[in-house]
Amino acid sequence: MSEIDEKLRTELQRQGVWVTSMQELYNWGRKNSIWPLQFGLACCAIEMIATAASRYDIARFGGEVFRPSPRQADLMIVAGTVTKKMAPQIVRLYNQMADPKYVIAMGACAISGGPFKQGYNVLKGIDRYIPVDVYIPGCPPRPEALLHAFMELQRKIDEQKLTGANKAEHLKTDQPSEFPVPKFGEHDLEPAANCAVFQPPVIERT
Amino acid sequence: MMESLDQIKSRIEGAVPEAKIEIVQNGSPSQQQSLLLDSEHALAIGKFLRDDPALRLDFCSNVTGVDWLDRIVKKTIKIKTAVDGVEKEVDQTTEEKIPGYLEAVYHFYSIALKHGPVIIRMRTADRAEGARLPSLTPVWRSAEFQEREIFDLYGIRFDGHPDLRRILMWDEFEDYPMRKDYVQPDDFEWEPTPHDEVLARAKQHYTLRPELDGAEALRKG
Repeated sequence: MSEIDEKLRTELQRQGVWVTSMQELYNWGRKNSIWPLQFGLACCAIEMIATAASRYDIARFGGEVFRPSPRQADLMIVAGTVTKKMAPQIVRLYNQMADPKYVIAMGACAISGGPFKQGYNVLKGIDRYIPVDVYIPGCPPRPEALLHAFMELQRKIDEQKLTGANKAEHLKTDQPSEFPVPKFGEHDLEPAANCAVFQPPVIERT
Repeated sequence: MMESLDQIKSRIEGAVPEAKIEIVQNGSPSQQQSLLLDSEHALAIGKFLRDDPALRLDFCSNVTGVDWLDRIVKKTIKIKTAVDGVEKEVDQTTEEKIPGYLEAVYHFYSIALKHGPVIIRMRTADRAEGARLPSLTPVWRSAEFQEREIFDLYGIRFDGHPDLRRILMWDEFEDYPMRKDYVQPDDFEWEPTPHDEVLARAKQHYTLRPELDGAEALRKG
């Protein structure tokens, strides 16, 4: 798309000639029909339901088709506390989704464990096992925040390249689209995080 | 009005003659006293509490566990001794070591007679692996999941329970997280504003542990 001059394009459009590219058309279609996977984990899911209902109406952005099967979904909204017992199932669902797929971590718990971070049974953020595209802070985030995240994701999809070295991750054949499912260990999940996607913050020693 | 706990106790002793029952006092403002049952006769006592026409405790509202660690109770008694021919009162302190045990606490109400709660407790012999208690699930079906929860979090095995497995943690898990000596996995991560317990853990990782551990070990792979 960078090949055509923006001014020339505007000028052409004024004359009734619409110039586009395969990439633009493709991304335009994709970003306006993001189908989320239908599952909720805690109170954030209530806000997600409110977002889908008539008052906030996620259908305005093409995301109203909540799919009950990961095979038909493009977007995983991790809405709520991920317990360690639930984490392998989340990763498994993510693995079962078809590429291209995106993840929104909704709320403090999905980002970092939130108020339950110091507990023995809560995962300190879903980004330990799967890559996250958009994080929404809040406890729980308001529906506007989820819509904002949704629009950010649309912007992100719109910017994805189909060719070249900077092409989208899901088009690179050497990039993984499945991630190892953690195992239930005797004291904790094994491994406690997937180092390929997650780097814990460095402890500053004083 | 429900009978007093003393009356209930004596009536149980009438119905189940060998039962050893104690009334556990409660010093808090609620004064909610409870009956401590012995494991051998708990099931028979449970049946009595449920079926007795004056009690009819048909609703088991809550079952929970308590972990009591070993503790030392100091008692001071005044004794009279003769010192240099003169009789004096001297304080003598004795220390009694009470070994730890696990406890299950049940709260019963009667929906039919609209009274309650009657609180009963059962104690294991010790805190060792495989500490046992009789299950009251055969009498109150609603105790099933809550006894499983106690088994999961405290490690009390309930004899006579129809389906005793972990309910909250996964089957492969080996610890009992609600026990007071439970050690969490060491997965401390950098915190921007640590405080209280988190600050204590943060300090351990800042100074005392020069070797890579916890989150940093993960980082290294």
